[in-house]
Amino acid sequence: MGGMRLAQDVILATSGLTKEFKGFRAVSGVNLEVVRGTIHALIGPNGAGKTTCFNLLTKFLHPSAGSIRYKDRDITGMKPADVARLGLVRSFQISAVFPHMSVLENVRIALQRRRRGDSFDFWRPERVLRALDGEALDLVEAVGLSAFAEHQAAELSYGRKRALEIATTLALDPEMLLLDEPMAGMGHEDVDRTAALIRRIANDRTILMVEHNLSVVASLSDRITVLARGQVLAEGDYASVSKDPRVVEAYIGSGHA
Amino acid sequence: MADTAAVTAPVTDAPIAAARPESRDDRALHRRVFVGIAVALALAPLVLYPVFLMKVLCFGLFALAFNLLLGYGGLLSFGHAAYFGMASYVAANAAKHWGLTPELAILAGTLVAGLLGLAFGALAIRRQGIYFSMITLALAQMAFFFSLQAPFTGGEDGIQAVPRGHLFGVVSLADDRVLYAVVAAIFFLGMLAIYRIIHSPFGQVLKAIRDNEPRAVSLGYRVNRYKLAVFVLSASLAGLAGATKAIVFQLASLTDVHWTMSGEVVLMTLVGGMGTVFGPIIGALVIVTMETYLAPFGAWVTVIQGLVFVLCVLLFREGIVGVLARRLGRPL
Ligand SMILES: Nc1ncnc2c1ncn2[C@@H]1O[C@H](COP(=O)(O)OP(=O)(O)OP(=O)(O)O)[C@@H](O)[C@H]1O
Ligand SMILES: [Mg+2]
Repeated sequence: MGGMRLAQDVILATSGLTKEFKGFRAVSGVNLEVVRGTIHALIGPNGAGKTTCFNLLTKFLHPSAGSIRYKDRDITGMKPADVARLGLVRSFQISAVFPHMSVLENVRIALQRRRRGDSFDFWRPERVLRALDGEALDLVEAVGLSAFAEHQAAELSYGRKRALEIATTLALDPEMLLLDEPMAGMGHEDVDRTAALIRRIANDRTILMVEHNLSVVASLSDRITVLARGQVLAEGDYASVSKDPRVVEAYIGSGHA
Repeated sequence: MADTAAVTAPVTDAPIAAARPESRDDRALHRRVFVGIAVALALAPLVLYPVFLMKVLCFGLFALAFNLLLGYGGLLSFGHAAYFGMASYVAANAAKHWGLTPELAILAGTLVAGLLGLAFGALAIRRQGIYFSMITLALAQMAFFFSLQAPFTGGEDGIQAVPRGHLFGVVSLADDRVLYAVVAAIFFLGMLAIYRIIHSPFGQVLKAIRDNEPRAVSLGYRVNRYKLAVFVLSASLAGLAGATKAIVFQLASLTDVHWTMSGEVVLMTLVGGMGTVFGPIIGALVIVTMETYLAPFGAWVTVIQGLVFVLCVLLFREGIVGVLARRLGRPL
């Protein structure tokens, strides 16, 4: 395990994070520390509580107990939109695009929030948003969707929707990204391209990522936390975690279930 | 027989007509429709009674305002009569008792409807789906009982003999044709305002919220503020329609705040095509025409309207303009 970490290096920290659904503990006393500038993977068998953790961190769910600190600020009581405004932005496990908007518009709506703040100006023509088109197209290109810029998002294949989601998330230029299975449903080529993209964007950002594709996790992540039945089972780099007998057992155990 | 899926699915599942992103060609098409409407407004009094036309225009604007909330905000209000009716009481009082000129009376009605929308909307948007609708209904019922009791509304009698007055204190509105020109202008400007709201940076955010609310939240949009804003805009425009109606018919009555008025505007919007730009106008035209020409049938009008509604839902869930838009392959 790594040595002492300076408090200011930790961008996101939870303490005793717990979520109960009608008596069932989906997340149970999780203490998690994510170091600024790293790619941190959160892995674990199905139903381990990874998505619930993400929902807690981004305030889509309210914890039953415990607290969350982001950039030395207690965000436990905040609203989800305000957390996003602090630069902690998530993607969703089930692809979350705006289906009836074009690919370009999907990215632009995120840029609109970042560049203009709130948009209550109902008297201005939509035309004023064209000023953002160039930047939006660059982002669309970065995820390899240039050819689809004018397509409706609903028409895209699953893998391309995931790519669009990443472009939309990046449009906010977030300091920290939470990616929930960004590569689920992607073919080999898309996985490789997305992995390269994640590595590139991680240069000046922090990423917390849930991913089932373990070779991706092995190649990308600086640190791994293994979750099982809502609890942290192990933590460390890939080499140490993958050798941990409890981790092996948890994965095999879930294979039987 | 219609297919069973269409029969069992709830009304609000009807696909929104503009399924693909709107293009510049579509905007050009809309511009041509606007010109067509302007021409129709200019020529209509040559063949139809101005009073009938003004009724259609008031309800058309009311339905357009309602559709802004339902079709573009994704919020189903069962209580829009409150804004329509309260605005008509305020305008009637302003013109009759406070001595305001008609345009100021209408403005006063519109503002009060907006404020009422702000208060009611702030309460209602805390809940989602059917609960939102129930709260809007409950609040509108309160507005109705207030109207029944408060001296300011004239109770059962309403406020009668509201003077049409002089526009800007100069132009007499006693002549139906002069008044028609004013009402047509209010309608047309109201329609353009709604079109602009839909096609503004604000409208773009509304679209995103309707499409995928959690995602909009995760991008940092405080969605409740947008919902409240569109609620207030919709209530204000419904108020504009109600206030204008009070001046036209020189009457403000309980009918305008009654829950059946809330139902009627839902009917108009669905018959015309919810979430279409022009549908509510057609819906209002159809319903008002039926009411006018079926008047001899008395209470049967309601039954016939009910039948039309059921047929609409069974045969074309997207509404008249919704079906037209699908046939053309263009958003209308
Ligand atoms: N809203 C909810 N109400 C009740 N139980 C829930 C709720 N959300 C999640 N759960 C339960 O909590 C547990 C953890 O679910 P979660 O979605 O966090 O798992 P996960 O680790 O993301 O799994 P996967 O790898 O399949 O995505 C599961 O048993 C799930 O059924
Ligand atoms: Mg999950």
